[in-house]
Parts: sequence; structure tokens; C-alpha cells
Amino acid sequence: MNVSSLTIDQVRDGLLTRRFSARELAQAALAHAEAENPRTNGYLHFSPQRAMESAEAVDARLAKGEDPGPLAGVPIAVKDVILVKGSRNTCGSRLLENFVAPYDATAVKRLQAAGGVIIGKANCDEFAMGSSNENSAFGPVRNPVALDRVPGGSSGGSAAVVAQGTAVASLGSDTGGSVRQPASFCGVVGVTPTYGRVSRYGLVAFASSLDHIGPFARNVRDSATLLQAIAGRDPLDATSAFEPVANYAAAMTGDVKGMRIGLPKEYLDGLESETGALIQRGIEALRKLGCEVKPVSLPHTEYAIASYYVICTAEASSNLARYDGVRYTSRTANATSLESLYSDTRGEGFGAECKRRIMLGTYVLSHGYYDAYYLKAQRVRTLVARDFANAFTEVDALITPVSPFPAFKLGEKLDDPMQMYLSDIYTITGSLAGIPCMSVPCGQTAAGLPVGMQILTNHFDEAAMFRLAEAFERNGGVAAA
Amino acid sequence: MNITEETVRQVAQLANLRLTGEEVPRMAREMESIFTHIDKMSELKTDGVPPMAQVLYDAGETATLRDDVEQAPLSNEDALLNAPLSGSGFFKVPRVIER
Repeated sequence: MNVSSLTIDQVRDGLLTRRFSARELAQAALAHAEAENPRTNGYLHFSPQRAMESAEAVDARLAKGEDPGPLAGVPIAVKDVILVKGSRNTCGSRLLENFVAPYDATAVKRLQAAGGVIIGKANCDEFAMGSSNENSAFGPVRNPVALDRVPGGSSGGSAAVVAQGTAVASLGSDTGGSVRQPASFCGVVGVTPTYGRVSRYGLVAFASSLDHIGPFARNVRDSATLLQAIAGRDPLDATSAFEPVANYAAAMTGDVKGMRIGLPKEYLDGLESETGALIQRGIEALRKLGCEVKPVSLPHTEYAIASYYVICTAEASSNLARYDGVRYTSRTANATSLESLYSDTRGEGFGAECKRRIMLGTYVLSHGYYDAYYLKAQRVRTLVARDFANAFTEVDALITPVSPFPAFKLGEKLDDPMQMYLSDIYTITGSLAGIPCMSVPCGQTAAGLPVGMQILTNHFDEAAMFRLAEAFERNGGVAAA
Repeated sequence: MNITEETVRQVAQLANLRLTGEEVPRMAREMESIFTHIDKMSELKTDGVPPMAQVLYDAGETATLRDDVEQAPLSNEDALLNAPLSGSGFFKVPRVIER
């Protein structure tokens, strides 16, 4: 068994034909991940005890002749903002360095029920804020494809471990592109489902109206299997949707003839770069598979970043208020009063990006600015969402790049936060609208850096998104053009 | 939008966030640069457009109340496990009211 290239189907096949046990696989996967981790720093910590217990439970079910579940024995990494009971959950922050999760997130419970084996927690930008994973208090993650480059962010560790072969699949979280962008930088599949499709219970809140949990995997089918296992209504998250979950495996027929694909002109016009050329080849490949391709317009795109950075910082400043040195976090040693306990703990504990967002969010919510910024941003969000709703009256899916450029060098963009924010342009719009979107590998640049193609569909139409992505992948991706 | 160091200090106080003397001028510069971009929104007429506070899909079912069944909550002990300082079942903080 080669643990670094296994897919979910291969794990299942190996277990059912008794080539290896879940216990043997978990041991091998953990040993491999621990040995290889120093190259990338993708994992922050491992959970061998829980992994062994989960694997033994799978073996016990197999021994009794029971169905061991769709994720039986699959070694999975979970981003360190999603609670796994008994494991540390740092959120990439010094403040939560010693925080141990007292319960499982709903998504984690469902992975476990499906037979999944959680082997460790993945590195990320502090409180999921960043586009390069350089904001982790526990060191950056290196891109396994090119070790001098970033893996993207904020779910950089979750993408890196799947690309590196130290997990078969992983969970990340996406607020403005934090699953799709690292997936594109590392050359793996990353999925952001419809807002409300996966429960946020146990996901540490960053911007509650935008936060999603989403899977990473080596291929489209595996990502769909993972989403299938974690999707669906959860009474513990009031925003989780009642909508029934479609059967994604049944949707991936390979037949995309007549599917109507829209190309947003605001994204693609004038995109003269290696990334743009690869996306054009990807579109050509879809045309050859029988898709009908036509231009569409999303006219409010240029206002999306402004709207997003007002809404997400406003929500973040509220959500991060709870880290005050009283209940969860480390506490300053210098407190002389309750007020200084709060402000010194926060001043010493938060990194630069979190401080910037807390400040921006507090400012836009403060007296006299609420209407001009926060309310205005929410009105702009409505216009961005309407753009998509209008487009989906004409087409079944949209194709865009994920990022304007491939993985950049560590340190290259650290000095200019606004430049880093602007790089999120293609992913932020879908997040604001709350529609399903994913990154699927779409070839490599001349320097060998992966590029991701983004597929977006209407609310709850993950099935069409997976059908298109899987047909693209099955036919060789850009090579089919 | 002009963000002064004084504004930064006021907002930091609202946010209970201690900034060092070096952080304040840097924060002022960065916030000003970011607001220059954010102010682009004012070009756009949004009169009569409703604000979107939540993702807008047609949710058929909106009753989110669960059945009133007794459930064990997080125990007092578990809730205090991650506290930096606790005792007698409470979170401990510096004295707030002087005798």
C-alpha cells in the first residue's frame, strides 16, 4: 500500500479485500505524515489515540460483516479551526495555544460516523484570516509542489497535506476563498458548498454570515464523497439548511452535453496571463465535451472586495470579542485591572492581521459609520447576489479562474495587506452570494505551478457542479482541449 | 478617508485592544489605504436595495425550533477546563469592585 497516493475508493477496496486493516492503514498513514511533516509544516498536531480508536471501530464493523461506512478507514486531516474533541484547537493563534476542544463539530461527528479516521489538525492562518498561511502563529506552511512558495490560505495546511500525500482528504473552512484558493495553489480539489449546506456547529466563528466548512481531496469523486457525508440539516446550527441533500455520486455521469456554461466578462476580459491561458484551455475542453458556452455579465463585481472586507471585518470584530483572557485563552501576566486584562491579553495574543481586521470591523460598526459602511456593504452584497441570480436564469454553471496568479513566494506579499486582499477577487463574489463553488485542477504553468479552475452553480446545485468537474477531470482536464 | 493616529487609538480602546507605540502609525497608514478602496462603494447608488444580512435562498422550512427534549449541557467542569484561572466552579478575574 502506498499511503501517499491513496484515494477513498482504493482505501475501501483495500479494506474489503482484506489487503490491509483500518488499523494498519492508520498506523502507516500516521507514521508517514509525522515523518514528512517537517518539509511543509502542514500539520500542527496529530491525534494518534483517536485515530487508532476510530480505525479499530472500522475493523470491528468489517469483522462483523457490517457496512463500515463511505469513509471507512480514510485518513483525514481537519483544519485547526474545526473542533475535534480531546484535540488541541489553536486556530493558528498563540491565544488558543493550549485550548483543548470539549466537543466535536457536527462535521467531525459525521466524518466519524461515516468511518473516517481523523489523524491530525492542519495548520492555517490565524483565525482563518489570510491568503497565504503566513499568518499562522506556528509558522507558515510550505507548498509541497514548490517549497519556496506559499500553499495559499487560509486553509493552507489542509490543502498541503492532501497534495503532499500525508492525508487522503481533509476539511478546511472558506469565508472568502480559503478552501478554493489553497486548492488551486496546491493542485488539489477544494469545495465550498452552498452556505448552510454543512453545519457550522463547532467551526470557530470568523464571519458568521460567510463561514463555510468544505472538503479537500485528490479527485472530484472523493471531494463529493466527503461532502455527502457531512452535508445536511443540523439543529445545532440555526442557519443550516433544511433542503434535502442530493445524491452526488449519481450526478457524476460524465455526460455534460448541452450544459450551459457562462463566462463572466468582468473576470475573463483582458486576463492575459498564464493563468488566463490555462482557464481558456479548460473552457475549450468543456466545449469539446458538448457544453454550450456563452458570455455573461456580473456587473457589480468591482464592488465586491469593498463589500466583503467591510462585512467580514465587522463580523470578525464581534466574533473575536470573546477572546478576552477570561474563558478560553491564555491570559496576560501584566493585568492590573479587568480592562487591562482584556486589552493586554488581546494586544499580546493576536497577530497583525487579526488586529487589522478587529480595528477595521470596530471602525465600520462604530457610531456615525454604521450606515455609510456596514449597511452600505450589505446593500452591495444584495446587488452582487442578484448578479448571480440573473446569470443563473441563462446558464447552469459559471467558469472563472480561482486566483489571478499561481502560488507566490513566501514573504512576497506580506508587506501590503491591500494587495493581498485584492488577490481574493474571483473567490469573494461567490462567498457573498452563498452559492456552491469549487476549484478543480486546470493544468500547470511553465514553471510547474498548479492552476485551478473555479466552477460556480446556483444555490444547492452542488450536483451540477460535481457533474461538470468530474467530467472535466475524467477526460483529462486541460489536456482534452 | 483620513485615518489619524488619534482615531486609531480611539478605535483600539473600543475594541479593548492594546496597540504599541509602533503599531499605531502603521495601523493608521494601512487602514487609510484599505478605506481608500472601500470608499469605492459610495460610487454605487443603492437607494431602495435591501441589505443582505443572511444568504438569500428560498428556505421552504423556517421553523428552527427543536422538540423540547431534555439534553445534558456542557458540564461546569468541562466549561472551565480551558480557563486560565478558575475556582469553586467560576472563572476568576482581577478584583472589579473595591471594598
